[in-house]
Amino acid sequence: MFTAIHLALKEVWRNRGRFLLFSLVVALITLLILFVAALGEGLGSGNREYLEKLNAELIAYQDTARLSIASSRIGCEKRREIRRIEGVREVGAIGFASASIPVSGQDEPLDISLIGVEPGKPGAPPAVTGRGLLRRNADEAMIDRTVALMMRLRVGDWLTVRSIQGNEDQFYDLEVVGISDSRKYGLRSSVFVPIVTWDKIRPKAVVGPGEEEPACNVVAVQIEDPTQLDPLRQLVQARVSDIEVVDRKTAYENTPGYTEQQSTLNTQNGFALLIGVLVIGGFFQIQTLQKVPQIGMLKAIGTPNLVVALAVMIQIVVVTLLGVAIGSLATLGLASVFPPNIPIVFEPRSGAMAVASILLMGPLGGLLSIRYSLRVEPLIALGLSS
Amino acid sequence: MELALEARSVTKTYQVGDGTVNAVDEVDLNLQRGEFVALVGPSGSGKTTLLAILAGLLSPTSGNIMIDGHDLATMREAERARFRRRNIGFTFQANNLVPYLTALENVELMLRLNREFNGAGRERARELLVRLGMEERLNALPRQLSGGQRQRVSIARSLINQPTLVLADEPTASLDTERAFQVVETLAGLVHEQNRVGIMVTHDLRMVEYADRVVQLLDGRVARIVSPEEDLACLADPAECSMIPTDVLGFEEGAQNDN
Repeated sequence: MFTAIHLALKEVWRNRGRFLLFSLVVALITLLILFVAALGEGLGSGNREYLEKLNAELIAYQDTARLSIASSRIGCEKRREIRRIEGVREVGAIGFASASIPVSGQDEPLDISLIGVEPGKPGAPPAVTGRGLLRRNADEAMIDRTVALMMRLRVGDWLTVRSIQGNEDQFYDLEVVGISDSRKYGLRSSVFVPIVTWDKIRPKAVVGPGEEEPACNVVAVQIEDPTQLDPLRQLVQARVSDIEVVDRKTAYENTPGYTEQQSTLNTQNGFALLIGVLVIGGFFQIQTLQKVPQIGMLKAIGTPNLVVALAVMIQIVVVTLLGVAIGSLATLGLASVFPPNIPIVFEPRSGAMAVASILLMGPLGGLLSIRYSLRVEPLIALGLSS
Repeated sequence: MELALEARSVTKTYQVGDGTVNAVDEVDLNLQRGEFVALVGPSGSGKTTLLAILAGLLSPTSGNIMIDGHDLATMREAERARFRRRNIGFTFQANNLVPYLTALENVELMLRLNREFNGAGRERARELLVRLGMEERLNALPRQLSGGQRQRVSIARSLINQPTLVLADEPTASLDTERAFQVVETLAGLVHEQNRVGIMVTHDLRMVEYADRVVQLLDGRVARIVSPEEDLACLADPAECSMIPTDVLGFEEGAQNDN
C-alpha cells in the first residue's frame, strides 16, 4: 500500500503541470455539474417553495382542474364541508394570481405571485419579522424575504402592487406588516394579502367589486394526525364531492412545467456526469497506454499487480479530489457574484450528492485503465509478448 | 562452487500457422555462484526468450528451472513475482528506470517492494550508487542522466536486494563503446565480488571479454560454448572453436551435440 502511494504521489508531483491541467478539466466538469444542480434546485424551489413549506398536509382542488391551481375554483361551502370532517384540524382558502411591483427608476417592474390567504388559517405563512396578517379585508401585506431584499422594504413601509383590471393597470397601496422566509411560487417572489383584499386586487377581465365571499383556487387542509395522511386524504375526497385532494409533494410536482423542468436539468446533469466519466476514463487510459513499457518493467522486477492497480487508483482519486475541490471553490466564488434574480440555490444535500457523484465518476472512469494496466505483461520489458 | 541455477531440457514452443517453432530447444545449463555468463547469438536465436524463461517471466513448454533449489515451474504467478523481486535483479535494454523517481529512489524502490526500506537499506542504496560513481547524481531524474548513468543506476537497482541471479538484456545497446565497456566491467565486477550469478544477453561480441563463459545460441539451441581462454574469433567462425569439456563449462551432456 505504501509503495503504491509512494509511486502514485511521486508521479503526480513530478508531473504536476500535466496532472494539474487535468484536475482543471475535472474542476470545469464539477463547476458545470454543481451549477446545473444549483440551477435545478433554484428553479425547483422557485416553483415549489410556497407549497413545500405550507403549514398544511393536504391540498384540495376542484376535481375537474386536474391539479392545475390556476384552473381550480373552490367555493366557501366546500371549505366548510372539509372543515367538518373528523380528523381535520383547520382549513384555509388560498388564491393565486400574478401581479407586479413597480420599481422606481426602472422600466421593468418586479413580477410577483400575489397569494391570498385567510389570516391565521393554513396557507398564511409565519412572520420572521413583524406580524402575520390579521384581517380578511385589510390593505396590508406580508412579503417574503426575497421581495424585501430586492425592493429594500421593511416592516411599516408601503408597497404598491400593480394589476390589470379590464384593460387598465390599477395600483394598490399595501402596508408591509410582516416579512416571511423565502416562499416563492411559480418562480416569482410572493406577496401575501388577506383573501378578500386579494380578490379585490387580482387581475380580472371585468372591472368590478370582489364577491362577498370570494372563491379561492385551492384549500389547504391541516390534519390532526399527520401519520394518518393517506387515510384522511381518501376520507376527505370521499366525503366532499367534486374535489381532488393530494399531499404537498403531489401538488408541487403538478405545478406547470415543474416535472419537465426538473427532468430536463437532471438529464443535463446525467450527461455532464457521463462526459466526466468518459473524460477521466480517456485521460487515464491514454496515460496507461503511454506507460505500458514502464508498467511492464515494474512488473518484471516483481511489483505486484495490486501495487500497480492501487497506484493508478490513487492517482485517479487525487486528480478527482483536487478537481472537485477547485471546481467547488470556483462555483462558490462565482455564485457569490451572481445577481439575486438568477435562481441559483446551493442546497447542502443536493450539493453533497453532486460532489459524491463526481467523486465516484473518477474511479468509475478509471476502471478501464486499471483493468488495462493489470493486463500489461512483464515480458514487455524484454520486448516480448506471450 | 555452489550451484545456483540449473536449467534442464528447457524448451519453448510457439504455434506458427499450422506448425510449431521451438524458440528455445532442449537447453541445459548449470551456473555456479560468482559466474558471469554472456549469452550471444544472432537475432531470433532465442537469447531473450531464454532469459525471460530463466527470469520466470515466461513459462517453458517443457523442462525445469531451479534457482537456489526453487523450481520456477511449480510457482503460481504471484509467487513468481515475489520470487523475482527477492531473488532476481534486472537490467534491461531500455525503459529501465521509473521516469518520475530519482536515481536513489529508483534503487530504493526494490527495498520498498521487499519491505526493507529502512535506514540500513537506504544507506546501502546510497553506498552502491556512490560506488558506481553516481554520488553527484543521486537526486537526478532519469531524464537528467546520460545513458551510461542510467544503466549504472539500473545495475545498482538489480543488485540492491542481493539477489541470486542478475539478468541483463542488452545493457550496452544504447551506449557508446567506452561507456559500454565501463557498464559491463562494473556489472561483471559486482557479480564476481558479491558472489551472484550474472547472465548478460548481448549482440556485441566485444563485451564478452568480461564473461567467465560465453554461450552461443542458434535457432534456440546451444550452438557452442567458449571459455575466456579461447579467442573471440571462435564465435564468429566455428572453425576456430575447440570443443570444451561439458563438466568444465557446467553444461549437461548432450547440450553440445548440436555444435
